Amino acid sequence: MAEPVLIEARDVSRILPGPVPVTLVRDINLTVRRGEFIAIVGPSGSGKSSLLYLLGLLDAPTRGAVYLEGANTTELNREQQAQMRLTRLGFVFQFHFLLHEFTTLGNVTIPLRKRGGQNEIKIEQRARALLAELGMEEYADRLPEQLSGGQRQRVAVARALANNPAIILADEPTGNLDSKNAQQVFDIFKRLAEHNGQTVIVVTHEAHLARQTHRRIRLIDGRIAEDS
Amino acid sequence: MRLILDIAVTHLVHRKRQTLVSVLGVAMGVGFFIGMAAMMQGFQRYFVAKTIDVSPHIIIKDEYRTPPPQPVEQYYRAGAIRLLNVQPRDERRGIKNGMAVVDAIARQPDVAVAPTLAGQIFLRYGTKDVSATLYGIEPEKERRVTYLEQDLVAGSLNGLYTTANGIILGSGLADKVGAATGDTLSIISPAGVILKMKVVGVFRSGVTAKDNYESFALLKKAQILQDRANVVNQIRIRLRDINQAAALARSLETRYGYRTESWEETNKNVLGIFVIQNGIMYSTVSAILIVAAFGIFNIITTVIHEKERDIAILKSIGFEEGAIRGIFLLEGAVVGVVGTLIGWALGYGLTELLASVRFNVEGFVKTEGFVLYYTFRHYLIAGLFAMIASLVASYLPARKAAAVNPVDIIRGGA
Repeated sequence: MAEPVLIEARDVSRILPGPVPVTLVRDINLTVRRGEFIAIVGPSGSGKSSLLYLLGLLDAPTRGAVYLEGANTTELNREQQAQMRLTRLGFVFQFHFLLHEFTTLGNVTIPLRKRGGQNEIKIEQRARALLAELGMEEYADRLPEQLSGGQRQRVAVARALANNPAIILADEPTGNLDSKNAQQVFDIFKRLAEHNGQTVIVVTHEAHLARQTHRRIRLIDGRIAEDS
Repeated sequence: MRLILDIAVTHLVHRKRQTLVSVLGVAMGVGFFIGMAAMMQGFQRYFVAKTIDVSPHIIIKDEYRTPPPQPVEQYYRAGAIRLLNVQPRDERRGIKNGMAVVDAIARQPDVAVAPTLAGQIFLRYGTKDVSATLYGIEPEKERRVTYLEQDLVAGSLNGLYTTANGIILGSGLADKVGAATGDTLSIISPAGVILKMKVVGVFRSGVTAKDNYESFALLKKAQILQDRANVVNQIRIRLRDINQAAALARSLETRYGYRTESWEETNKNVLGIFVIQNGIMYSTVSAILIVAAFGIFNIITTVIHEKERDIAILKSIGFEEGAIRGIFLLEGAVVGVVGTLIGWALGYGLTELLASVRFNVEGFVKTEGFVLYYTFRHYLIAGLFAMIASLVASYLPARKAAAVNPVDIIRGGA
């Protein structure tokens, strides 16, 4: 039996207004199911990241609509979209974007504390468990500046997973990592998709990593050129 | 809320120097306000206590505010009449039926009335001649209208009854003439009457003008001295509610025609100075707090500029615009609260320091240092000012932070 549809993009276009309008993506039709591990690939400027931001509700389409678990996200207000990002989505970016003043543990607890509903002890236990899962438990009390690039990215992944999101969106997560660390991060994503049933969508331009995913969507000039 | 506070405090703690400058700015504004307000209001209240509270609230004088209209003007109200060289009638000075007026006013509730005959005299004692004002009073009524009895530093008010030709002198006047209780002086009036009077009391009100120039005797003695039998030229009134003075003064003036001054009118110039004083105080403190507010604006704007990336990531995590705005508003509020608390301590210290300063001043009133007024209201007003300044200063940058588009920042990368 087919897994349920989590994301659906219907005729989605994003055009930046201006004297000369710039089309980032156009007429995107896409369906993503639970547990899929997808790579979005394509040359620079093809609209990979733009599509990811549209799917992650960080940006809004100029035309068309993105449906998340059946809900038309264009009809949600900004607070509802923020709530959806908090509870259903997790982001990992090329640059780790950890909060410098907070420790590793502090960074991972932020989404949990924002969501609320748990006491401080439970929140810390959950954050430590995530760090342990990613091999970062012993670095819990360190500041981001005391970690290597690969370690920071693993903390960023732990933070993205904090609220156990259904969908993880990663924008060039290995762009700043050496091949060993890049492979480790990809292995984590693969495990999440295959063992946890979480949907992972990764933007990458590294072909050997993209080949490890279940499905590859190639974008050229903002359009889907290939979906295999 | 706790998370937002944690983030706000973390931002501030990591910018110790800037935060300290902003906090100290607020603290100085609050502290100086408390110190200045204690000093200014202390002086104002002392002055009011010494001059207004001890004086009658209303004085009816034997003079007219405007000259009475001529009969021709009353008859031809719309006529083009010009009277030249009108000579005022040479009236016998004094309030007509003064004692009857006193009795009529005394029948009103919550009112104490005392008749007075005020006039100039010369005090002669040994080789010294000193001019002064003598008030002829009825002690029983006087003690309900002024604080003369409480201000006595020697003798008693009843001494005026028990001693033939008794007189009470202001302390400055007694010093000038070199007399003390029990001494007998020659009192000379402009009418040419000379009386030997015995000093039965000395008062010190703290108001230089009173202490140096005023003296009191029985009304009957003053009338003899001034050669104005049965005349009173002032009626002095004290009210239970001081705020009713202006209205009652107007009504009495309408009824009796004599110039009737409430304490507000009598002290109009001084009260006007108080308004200006308060204006200066509030302007100075506002200026300090505005500078402090710019400090807060600066620190929060800097934090937002440096933290755009964090704002973007917080938004991607699921922080709403309100939560982002809340972080930076809280930063302003934290600076405001900490600054206010330090400012309260600073203000308390400043008032204690001012209270310990000793010097002698003899001007309008006599004091031996700053007269300070302690009240929680100053602390509350200063805190309120500081919090408003802090929140206004942080609101604009906070709004800007909430409007950050995460995609623009994330695309920009590290």
